Amino acid sequence: MSAVLFFIAAIGAITGAIGVVMLRNQFYSVLALVCHLVSLAALFLLLRAEFVAAAQVIVYAGAVMVLYVFVAAYIGGNEEVPTRSGLRVLGPLLALALAIELCVAMLGTALKGISGKGAPYLPGFGTPQHIGRLFLTKYLLPFELASLLLLVAAVGAIVLARRRRGLEPDEELEARYHPRMPTWIGSMAEAGGITHYDEPPAAPAETETDTESTPEGAPIGSQN
Amino acid sequence: MTATTFGWLVLLCPLVGMMIIALGHKVLPGTVPGWIATAAIALSFGCAIVMLVALLGRTPGHRQLTSSLWDYASSVGVDAKLQILVDPLSVFMVLVVSGVSTLIHLYSISYMKSDRGYTRYFAYLNYFVFSMLLLVLAGNFVLLIVGWAFVGAASYMLISFWYRRTTATRAGIKAFVINVVGDVGLVLGTFFIFTHTGTLDLLHTFAAAPHVFHRDSTDLVVGCLLLLVGAFAKSAQVPLHTWLPDAMEGPTPVSSLIHAATMVTAGVYLIARMHPLFELAPTAADVGAVGGCLTLLIAGTIGLAVTDLKRVIAYSTMSQIGYMIMGVSAGAYSAALFHLMTHAFFKALLFMAAGSLIGAMAGSQSLDRMSGFRRALPFTFACFVVGGLALSGVPPFSGFFSKDEILAYLNHRGGGFEIMGIAGYVGALLTGLYTFRMIFRAFLGDPCPEAKALEEGHIAHADHPVNPLTGEPEDTDVGFPGPEHRIAEREWPMKAAMGMLALLAVVGGALQIPGVDDAITRFLDPTFAGSRLAASEPSTTAAWVGLVIGAAIAVAGIAIAYRVWVLAPGTAAVVRQRLAPLYQLFVNKWYFDELIDYAIVRPVQWLGQMGETVLDRTLVSEVITGGTVSVVGAVSAAVRRAQTGFLRYYVALMLLGISGVVIYFLVSAGG
Amino acid sequence: MAIGWYLVVSAMIFAIGAAGVLVRRSPLVILLCLELMLNAANLALVAFSRMWGSEDGQVFALIVMVVAACEVTVGLGLLVAMYRRRLPIDVDDLRELQG
Repeated sequence: MSAVLFFIAAIGAITGAIGVVMLRNQFYSVLALVCHLVSLAALFLLLRAEFVAAAQVIVYAGAVMVLYVFVAAYIGGNEEVPTRSGLRVLGPLLALALAIELCVAMLGTALKGISGKGAPYLPGFGTPQHIGRLFLTKYLLPFELASLLLLVAAVGAIVLARRRRGLEPDEELEARYHPRMPTWIGSMAEAGGITHYDEPPAAPAETETDTESTPEGAPIGSQN
Repeated sequence: MTATTFGWLVLLCPLVGMMIIALGHKVLPGTVPGWIATAAIALSFGCAIVMLVALLGRTPGHRQLTSSLWDYASSVGVDAKLQILVDPLSVFMVLVVSGVSTLIHLYSISYMKSDRGYTRYFAYLNYFVFSMLLLVLAGNFVLLIVGWAFVGAASYMLISFWYRRTTATRAGIKAFVINVVGDVGLVLGTFFIFTHTGTLDLLHTFAAAPHVFHRDSTDLVVGCLLLLVGAFAKSAQVPLHTWLPDAMEGPTPVSSLIHAATMVTAGVYLIARMHPLFELAPTAADVGAVGGCLTLLIAGTIGLAVTDLKRVIAYSTMSQIGYMIMGVSAGAYSAALFHLMTHAFFKALLFMAAGSLIGAMAGSQSLDRMSGFRRALPFTFACFVVGGLALSGVPPFSGFFSKDEILAYLNHRGGGFEIMGIAGYVGALLTGLYTFRMIFRAFLGDPCPEAKALEEGHIAHADHPVNPLTGEPEDTDVGFPGPEHRIAEREWPMKAAMGMLALLAVVGGALQIPGVDDAITRFLDPTFAGSRLAASEPSTTAAWVGLVIGAAIAVAGIAIAYRVWVLAPGTAAVVRQRLAPLYQLFVNKWYFDELIDYAIVRPVQWLGQMGETVLDRTLVSEVITGGTVSVVGAVSAAVRRAQTGFLRYYVALMLLGISGVVIYFLVSAGG
Repeated sequence: MAIGWYLVVSAMIFAIGAAGVLVRRSPLVILLCLELMLNAANLALVAFSRMWGSEDGQVFALIVMVVAACEVTVGLGLLVAMYRRRLPIDVDDLRELQG
């Protein structure tokens, strides 16, 4: 019985994963991931990790995915241009190689006991009581740090996504973020000596750029 | 106070004099630096006299004293001390050097009076005397080499004293470069000898030499030959002589002191001091004698042809030093050193008189333009005649006794040395010829315009000062000679110095008349005690025979000169035409300058240019430096292509890396 | 089921997530694939926890979930900021760190 359930859940998970990768519409990718997450929760249940499975459904599929859905809606499901040919072939190949390698690693090496069924089941394994006790005794520090991390992430997200100072017209924003300077100023490209790059079409050649570029603009590799 | 204490004082006086003059050059007024310098050297001479007396007060067997102030290094087999050696030879040299230097300082006080570098001159001159005294008083090879180098430096500074004159600076560099060649020879020779004897102390080296070297052993011969290189460079012997005529670019008192009386005799002193080594390596000594002989002949012939007054006297110096080198190499130590002393007297006198004559000619040195100064410059004429007679070797002047004693000894030694003796007599003839050629041309005959002006009481004055050698106009500012010229008749310091030297040139011979007294030989005996060459002397009869022959030849030379240049004035031109190739050879100084230019200077220049273009510019700059730079640039450009900016590219690289690590662990865990 | 099966599934999901990161151009989808990889790791952790019989793996998995949530937050915030600034939502066009 558990084997059947395992296979259903496993196939669901893998299908969801493939769906994420291969569906052209971003929205559909998000939904595929939701499906994948729920299958994964089933797998967790099979492994007697009740609390983790619940957390997976509630937090991951419930909250994080909702976030994804909102952002996908905001951004829009624009059609995506397929990748350049090089990486399009190489990517899956690399992934395949990685998969084979990991399987070989896990199944073929001296990881003994994998072929076994696992340790005997103790009642209360994976229950919230046990997990809670571990969190508050042995793993107290990671617990606290995780909460700190959540705070930092929340603040960071707000800072990143907020509008500046009220309702500014976007033209001013444009001017502030593209202050008539070529974008390659101060970049690694410029340090490497590449001085002609995409010029912003509306920016005329200004003298300000020269004062910035002369001290750092000396190309390396020139004869002394 | 012992003799050695006074030895240190002898060294200290000129050093202190130099310090006072140099450090106080802004506050000392007028001619005070000159008087300070003269006083310092006079004090040094006084200490030398006391040293002599103290030395004579000891028994002859105990007259070689050393005194050491400081141990520089006495480990690793090297014993270098700040040490002087007071023995008859060094006291003799100190007396000659300090005595003649005092008189020359006195002369310079008025000679250099209008020169803007007056103070600098006396500081340099005192420094020179200090270095020369250090050289002769040195008790070990280290101080000898130090003194040797200092003297070379002082010579350079004084030759290019009028430093804005290109000819003077070039002459200074030439002198210095040839001196450095000699320095290298001296140092290498010291090493050769030191590796066997293991000591740098002079007396210990001489004591150890017979036990360490056997007769004519290769190392000793090479070492002595290298010492000879040093001696020849310093004493301007062929082939390292080309610097001496050019050194006449310096002021006349400098020529008189350094290039007549003292510095050029350093080579003679070196050979005399190292006589135990030279006697153990007769090959080297023979080379030295041959070199001296060649020089005296070559220089004599050139002296017949050149027309610059100072250069005639310079070649005469070269020739006389040739006599001395021949003498010390052959073993006639006391005779050669006696000649050194008398030569110092009359050569310094000749240079001083030449300075007076050049002053009367308003700086011009060309014999072609001088004539008939006999009535205008009577005192100078007298000094010239006295010096000339002494130089030619006419009895009873000092040069007669000294020079002919060397030749008598050479004849006594026999074998190849007799040939050298005969060459010496030929040289004596030449000496008489060129000396009196100079005197008769300058003083007899019709007075030239400058002489006429002087007879009326005006010293000639050059409105547009020119370089006497090239004729290019210059001025009288700093770095050039001053505007005024002095003659002996009008300046009492010059008169006093010249008079003193003239007196010494006349009576100096009395110190060593064969058969009558041998003060020099007896005094120098402790130094040359171990020498078997010095022990055998010609008999009095043989000596007198030699002296008479010498006198006859000298008088003959003077007579020929009188006939050619006074009685029948056109004879010289006729002889010149008939023997034109010979004349060309002499006037071009036997083409030594050109030879050295082709053989040494041009290859070195070529080497330098090749070094600059091929080695430095191409190899180092372009290949090594530029190559490294471009390799680094190329590699970094190649590596930079990995920074594409594609996020997924970076992810791919990361995954590759992770897989690599996993594979590694897989393999290493025995999977 | 033997634990090995779960690990194989985890490896496959990880590989698929890696392929997705390499192949897709939209940052949103790349973040989704990142989630896939994290989930694969979670599965492996929980599997091992069941194998050893201690809940440490599950605690670890929960922490991973927290971290994933934070990362998603920040990443989506970036995405929103990019969209607001009218920048192209395409990782191939955002190449200012080149060279």
